[in-house]
Amino acid sequence: MHNYEIDGILDQKFIKIPSQMQLEKGVAIIECIQKIPCNPCVDSCPTGAISMKDINDIPVVNYDKCIACCKCVGICPGLAIFVVKCKDDKAFITLPYEFLPEPVVGKKVKVLDRVGKIVGDGIVKKVVKKERTFVVTIEVKKDHLMIVRNLKVNL
Amino acid sequence: MRIKNHPIIDFEHKKKISFTFNNKKITGFESDCIASALHAHGVKILTKSLKYDLPRGFFCGIGKCSSCLMRVNGIPNVRTCIAPLKQGIKVEMQGKFSELPSAKFEEKPKETINVDVLVVGAGPAGLCASIEAAKQGVSVLLVDENMCVGGQLIKQTHKFFGSQNEKAGTRGIVISEDLKKEINDLEKVGKINLMLNSTVIGYYEGEKNLHKFMVVKRKNYDSFLIEVNTKTAVFACGAMENMLLFPGNDLPGVYGAGSVQTLMNVFGVKPGKKVLMIGAGNVGLIVSYQLLQAGIDVDRVVEAAPFIGGYHVHAAKLRRCGVPIYTSHSIKEVYGKDCVEGAVVIKLDRNWQPIKGSEEYVACDTVCLAVGLTPSTRLLYQIGVKMDFVSEAGGYVAMHDDFMQTSIKGIFVAGDSSGIEEASTAMIEGKIAGISMALFLGYEDVKKLQSKYIEELKKLREGPFGEKARVAKKKIKRLMEEN
Repeated sequence: MHNYEIDGILDQKFIKIPSQMQLEKGVAIIECIQKIPCNPCVDSCPTGAISMKDINDIPVVNYDKCIACCKCVGICPGLAIFVVKCKDDKAFITLPYEFLPEPVVGKKVKVLDRVGKIVGDGIVKKVVKKERTFVVTIEVKKDHLMIVRNLKVNL
Repeated sequence: MRIKNHPIIDFEHKKKISFTFNNKKITGFESDCIASALHAHGVKILTKSLKYDLPRGFFCGIGKCSSCLMRVNGIPNVRTCIAPLKQGIKVEMQGKFSELPSAKFEEKPKETINVDVLVVGAGPAGLCASIEAAKQGVSVLLVDENMCVGGQLIKQTHKFFGSQNEKAGTRGIVISEDLKKEINDLEKVGKINLMLNSTVIGYYEGEKNLHKFMVVKRKNYDSFLIEVNTKTAVFACGAMENMLLFPGNDLPGVYGAGSVQTLMNVFGVKPGKKVLMIGAGNVGLIVSYQLLQAGIDVDRVVEAAPFIGGYHVHAAKLRRCGVPIYTSHSIKEVYGKDCVEGAVVIKLDRNWQPIKGSEEYVACDTVCLAVGLTPSTRLLYQIGVKMDFVSEAGGYVAMHDDFMQTSIKGIFVAGDSSGIEEASTAMIEGKIAGISMALFLGYEDVKKLQSKYIEELKKLREGPFGEKARVAKKKIKRLMEEN
């Protein structure tokens, strides 16, 4: 049995880490490691970067083909897709967010890790509403790229 | 106790209406059921147990348990969780020795309806069965106990898994609206007769090649009897939530997780302030997340099994909101005088036995049980179809073939009442049953469509999470063929 089946937390070893070049371009990280019968991410991808042998397979991202368009982030029923991008000492994470109040562009937010622990501050760079899921891009510290997976709007 | 803002749902609390509860005037919304309007005012005790006079509150939220029976306009035993709120009604807690009802009961059926297809239950399976059958040109009578169509879809604010065929990526509430529209369109052209607030109460001896059912239709809390003669029927009655044994499990504030979902996502009423969730299957995980979206605190999720039963993606989105999940943990007891005031959770060892000294007190006013479902099959028993216990299907279910037909010709099943699964597969089973009924009635040209749906269903069940359903359906098919 894997640890994530006991505590619900995904170890980073399950994620294929993109190369520096791919990170600078921006790529989708799919944190979906179980064979669930589900494939809207494949259908949503305009470049065919996400592939699956059949509907019960695990999605695989071709980081070279991925254009970081974030279409899959808003469609994934498991809210399990994050688009990450690096620039100098900054990281940009695009994540699905389904809580109120709505994050506001330019505002500071708290950023949280996979256990909901606040690890620092971030700045909201972009908010797109997709079927009532906010697809939010936040700017965080570079070392938070693979750590931050949620945000909290400062009240 | 009303939810003010919600990220996914716009609550259309249309018209404010007033009614009396125990002779006190209070208000609710036109969209409420009686129990939700009371709940919004903090009224959690709806009735008392007959033997020990213990308080009983909202539990199942779908008219299947008896925890919300009240006296409405002089009529006793009204299931207030599925009875619509109306202006000026008189709601009372019923005493042990309540007066005889003052309502009139008609001796004879008020009307007789003759149809090709009777569909019992307007959830995902029943709606799809009705649509498929009606599209082929047969006449359909669709009956449901609730105030609106949609079954459990109307509270499923999360996006569905699956493929484009099952509307993957679309929220359950949106799928429900889409299906409702299709039903309404078919209703307009006279293909479907939709009867809400109505219960199929029994099966009677019919004419040759016809099945006779009695339906009770409720209107303004009065009941009318209707006779239905049909060539074929499908039972898509869904399921009800399982109870768990522990001291205090009958206190108001202990809810089925699904009923909490109904309260908050359909009626916009908060079940409480702080929740302890029991069960980390998909229902427990999803409802916990939706409680957070409604602005309600979830203290933790406890799961007796040593692993999380639901999808990791559901667990992950809960964890990153800061909600801990304790596997190998269970509930020991619930405290409270008239309502839940707290609970004790306990660690379990490898053999699922409680470890003494590992008790932990959890301050909460709400305990949600997400510990599985049992298929609703009582009518199928009465009809006399072949039933058997299949643990992977969630209990006793009707034996059926690939075309969803039971051991009695013309009687079909679909959805959770044919074996516990989930809404996407329920919809396809409904489609198969709908097509199969058309075939049964002599519509030959739909054989290809039937095969297509059967293939789709098979695909959805192919993965590791479909194993239970695969085993269940295999057993059911084998038992069906055995004679």
